[in-house]
Amino acid sequence: MDLQIALLLGQDGITNGAIYALLSLALVLVFAVTRVIFIPQGEFVAFGALTLASFQAGKTPGTLWLLIGAGVVVALIDLTLAVRAGTARKIPRIVGWNLLYPAAAAAAVFLLKPSEFPLLLQIVLALALVVPLGPMIYRLAFQPVAEASVLVLLIVSVAVHLALVGLGLLFFGAEGSRTPAFSEASFDLGQVRVTGQTLWVMGASLLLIVVLALFFERTIYGKALRATAMNRTGARLMGISTVMAGKLSFLLAALIGAFSGILIAPITTVYYDTGFLIGLKGFVGAIVGGLASYPIAAAGAVLVGLLEAFSSFWASAFKEVIVFTLIIPVLVWRSLTTRHVEEDE
Amino acid sequence: MKLSKTAVAMTVTCAAFAAYADITVGVTLSATGPAASLGIPEKNTIALLPTSMGGQKVNYIVLDDASDTTTAVKNVRKLITENRVDVIIGSTITPNSLAMIDIVAEAETPTISMAASARIVDPANPKTKWVFKTPQNDQQMATAVAAHMAGQGVKTVAFIGFNDAYGEGWYQEFIKYADTYKLKVVANERYSRTDTSVTGQVLKIMAAKPDAVLVAGSGTPAALPQVTLKERGYAGKYYQTHGIANNDFLRVGGKHVEGTFLPAGPMLVAAQLPDSNPIKKSSLTYIAKYEAAHGKGSISTFGGHAWDAGALLQNAVPTALKKAKPGTREFRAALRDALEATKELVGVHGVFNMSPSDHLGFDQRARVMVRIDKGAWKLDK
Repeated sequence: MDLQIALLLGQDGITNGAIYALLSLALVLVFAVTRVIFIPQGEFVAFGALTLASFQAGKTPGTLWLLIGAGVVVALIDLTLAVRAGTARKIPRIVGWNLLYPAAAAAAVFLLKPSEFPLLLQIVLALALVVPLGPMIYRLAFQPVAEASVLVLLIVSVAVHLALVGLGLLFFGAEGSRTPAFSEASFDLGQVRVTGQTLWVMGASLLLIVVLALFFERTIYGKALRATAMNRTGARLMGISTVMAGKLSFLLAALIGAFSGILIAPITTVYYDTGFLIGLKGFVGAIVGGLASYPIAAAGAVLVGLLEAFSSFWASAFKEVIVFTLIIPVLVWRSLTTRHVEEDE
Repeated sequence: MKLSKTAVAMTVTCAAFAAYADITVGVTLSATGPAASLGIPEKNTIALLPTSMGGQKVNYIVLDDASDTTTAVKNVRKLITENRVDVIIGSTITPNSLAMIDIVAEAETPTISMAASARIVDPANPKTKWVFKTPQNDQQMATAVAAHMAGQGVKTVAFIGFNDAYGEGWYQEFIKYADTYKLKVVANERYSRTDTSVTGQVLKIMAAKPDAVLVAGSGTPAALPQVTLKERGYAGKYYQTHGIANNDFLRVGGKHVEGTFLPAGPMLVAAQLPDSNPIKKSSLTYIAKYEAAHGKGSISTFGGHAWDAGALLQNAVPTALKKAKPGTREFRAALRDALEATKELVGVHGVFNMSPSDHLGFDQRARVMVRIDKGAWKLDK
């Protein structure tokens, strides 16, 4: 191995690591706020990428039907509850988000021709279809059992994952898709050729991380999420709605997931089930951070990316083994250094 | 439409239990899970198979095994004990088909597998007496690749394949014939179907400077190593396996897969075959039927394996009907004997000549070398 190969592998590792880092941040966020280990995180990666690919192929993405379907179900449940509780003032909001919004999205897809849009507009439309699924999934699957134990939430999470993978196969078929690169540019940096897409991935990931940090530090919603993460009961006593916090964290997780998918779709072929493994690698990063620390989770995820790149060079047959074995020493180290606190259920 | 057909088939099957004279075909295939891109066209093809054979009504019961071995075994047990099927078609992939052998042999139910490995019909295993298969052996494809490489003046080859049974099987077969054709395998790399990057493997391959690279993967995931190699500027020859022979591969690979060589069943280039080749007519008939139902360009060679299974049955059933009534042990045995006696039956992937020691029965007519030219499959002469 000479310097050039090491640099190329490093570049590749950091690019993938940046995606894993985004996902690990989303996992930490969702876990901190709702105690859900969000296994379906990866499905948003696949949905985001494949929805964009469908637009480019001139097809109607199946995620639109999912959005409409989930919206109708959420609206029915919430309207029934609102009528029973006699809180009529909630009705316009419920109808607006769950019925009118999907209808508007459908109108945009059918009336305008998304295949002729510029790339940026296609991306915005793809995000507009996929991201609202996050809060809807929270409403349907997790909100009714929000107070259950971590184990129950994990089981629900696995169920949601399996359901979404099945829907993904139905919507997008078994074969994968690629999307065109954001930029075809590439230039030589010393001995190493750097492609524009790589810079896009790294730049966009960094930007998203900075935006998230600002969101948590500066905005009232960000602070509400942090408060909920620190102490759910305390936050509720301070007038922060845990339902709102849950939905918001799922919204962010869906946004990060779908955006990651759109970032990697030009680099690799994305399949309906690609997301799971990417999400799992983000999860390894999140574990390194103990599912609590954002910076350590991000660093752990980049480490996973680098480890993956170098092990694919040295021992490609054992790559996954090496990456996932990383969890064991980390868990041993963490269980030795941190005092275990029984979760009060 | 498809769903309603299956539903109708189900109800008809239940109703037909009393009638007892209908032939029941149990199908288990991998319509979901990792092998879905193979299983879905097979499932679509089953719906096109004849609904009557030798004057007898045929019912199909289609189950999905989700590319999972345990589920395949469960499906087969269900088909045998609950539905009392006369014959089983399936499964899509090798591990599932291998796991099914014991059960179908015990229940004495003839089975036609749509998976590739030669081990499924290994004559050394007495249980495979009941098992037949329709896809070409990897070995037939591997010799074709090695011979073609030698013909192109290739001396050194790098191998990169899936880190599963498919990649490993191809590697084992390929190195066997590499020696015969004086090819040196200079790199042996693995990647997984869901990998997002193969840069590491590709750098290692390029450091070994091979004349040609053989990618052993199936469906669109096989495009990734080749696209990465092209992007890194590798200028040697590219070979793929017959696992990529569907149009989605061309869509995903785009300009990066131009000039790639691959071995394939003749049906992939049916229209380009000489008129003297009997496979041309049968292939074109099947393609027309499939595309009429699922749209132009939807054809995949994997569906052809299911179609061939249907052709084998249609050929064998009339003989078996002369000896016994469907639904009986005698009928299943007669059907097995009739399948084994298949001679010169033209399928879409080749011509079947079965014998007790060969439950596939393909010869050299079952494979051609194909080149990807201007985004289309071209018969390489």
